[in-house]
Amino acid sequence: MVETVISALYGGFLVSLKIFVLTLLGALPLGLVIAFGSMSRLKPVAFLTRGFVWIVRGSPLMLQLLVIFYGPGLLFGWNIWGGSDSGRLIAALTAFILNYACYFSEIYRGGIEGVPQGQREAGQVLGMTRSQIFFRVTLLQLIKRILPPISNEVITLVKDTSLARVILVYELMWEGQRFIKSEGIIWPLFFTGVFYLVFTGLLTILFRRLEKRLDYFTV
Amino acid sequence: MPECLAVIGSSGSGKTTLLRCLNFLETPDEGTVCLNGQLLYDAAKQKEYSENAIRSMRMNFGLVFQNFNLFRQYTALQNVTLAPLLAAKASKASGEELDAIRKKGIALLKRVGLENKLESYPHQLSGGQQQRVAIARALALEPAILCFDEPTSALDPELTGEVLKVIRSLRAQDTTMIIVTHEIRFARDIADYVIFMDDGAIIEEGSPEQVIDAPSNPRTVRFLERYAEM
Repeated sequence: MVETVISALYGGFLVSLKIFVLTLLGALPLGLVIAFGSMSRLKPVAFLTRGFVWIVRGSPLMLQLLVIFYGPGLLFGWNIWGGSDSGRLIAALTAFILNYACYFSEIYRGGIEGVPQGQREAGQVLGMTRSQIFFRVTLLQLIKRILPPISNEVITLVKDTSLARVILVYELMWEGQRFIKSEGIIWPLFFTGVFYLVFTGLLTILFRRLEKRLDYFTV
Repeated sequence: MPECLAVIGSSGSGKTTLLRCLNFLETPDEGTVCLNGQLLYDAAKQKEYSENAIRSMRMNFGLVFQNFNLFRQYTALQNVTLAPLLAAKASKASGEELDAIRKKGIALLKRVGLENKLESYPHQLSGGQQQRVAIARALALEPAILCFDEPTSALDPELTGEVLKVIRSLRAQDTTMIIVTHEIRFARDIADYVIFMDDGAIIEEGSPEQVIDAPSNPRTVRFLERYAEM
């Protein structure tokens, strides 16, 4: 029994891990695009981007999952996600990436605005180009500034992957909960906590190392 | 042709803005920038200058900031060599040329008395040392005119001396410079020519003896009297 449970939970964990990794791969860069959009000198672009960020940050991720998954079909009769597991996974990833990109964008914006103007001006008077200034001066200082808030979001994401079960993505907690109905046992559900704790523990260590590596300078 | 120009005046009189216009950190709405009698920039044609054109005009001037603005993630030596190395790499310089830039960086830091601090990061240096690195960094690009924006204003009094000494030594080596400063005695010593600014305009100019010792404009007189009281 224990073996069956562990292997089922492991299978669920792999799905959670997939959501986690793919969300980060999508949301980290998309967040930068949204951050630049919200700081745009073109007023309509900045306005629309900020409005979008407000909606995404201001409503529950669970609601967004449901709207993205059921919305197109109910409102327009579009069956864009299909009925398969992978279709539901893609719908979940869409919701997660949009949601996390908005949170990341605000972290990036704070980080970019936090790098003193003098650093950029020093690059300018030395004849450096805009992209040289961004990649050689601003970027590393930005990373150092945003690492703690980013690590917070990343750890939240580990746990938020469990929301994907509302659209029947068979992630870790769904697998755990399944045993209540099928076998009448609840410990597998509680045991999922071990997976989350070990995983977030490893991430905590990883982020602490990264922060240590940037300890050689102050911002 | 003055070799060393000092700009004095009370806070908010436009001294720093003047330097920032020369370095194109501000875009002048009116007027021209000339260098060695050649027209460099004309505000009337403001819109026609590309980013690259502005960047190459900028290279004629160096600027040492009040707050040093050293790049925080780089050592003293890296701060000095970063921009020249990037420029050299962009123009596909040879390995020897890159080595020459590094050697020159070391020589410049030696010149400002920091040969022991090549590998130190800005936060490991005192304010005076940081400002000397900033001076070496500005010199690395061999600007025609080196500008100083209140180079000692952010320093503790006991650290201003070492920075002023470096500026004096540059003066002795015929570096052309413009210094915005509140150190009136220093300005008097080092400058060939002094301008006094008030409310965004130059209201008195001349030799240090004329402007500082025997000012004729009442506003200059008032400013210097206030300074003498301090």
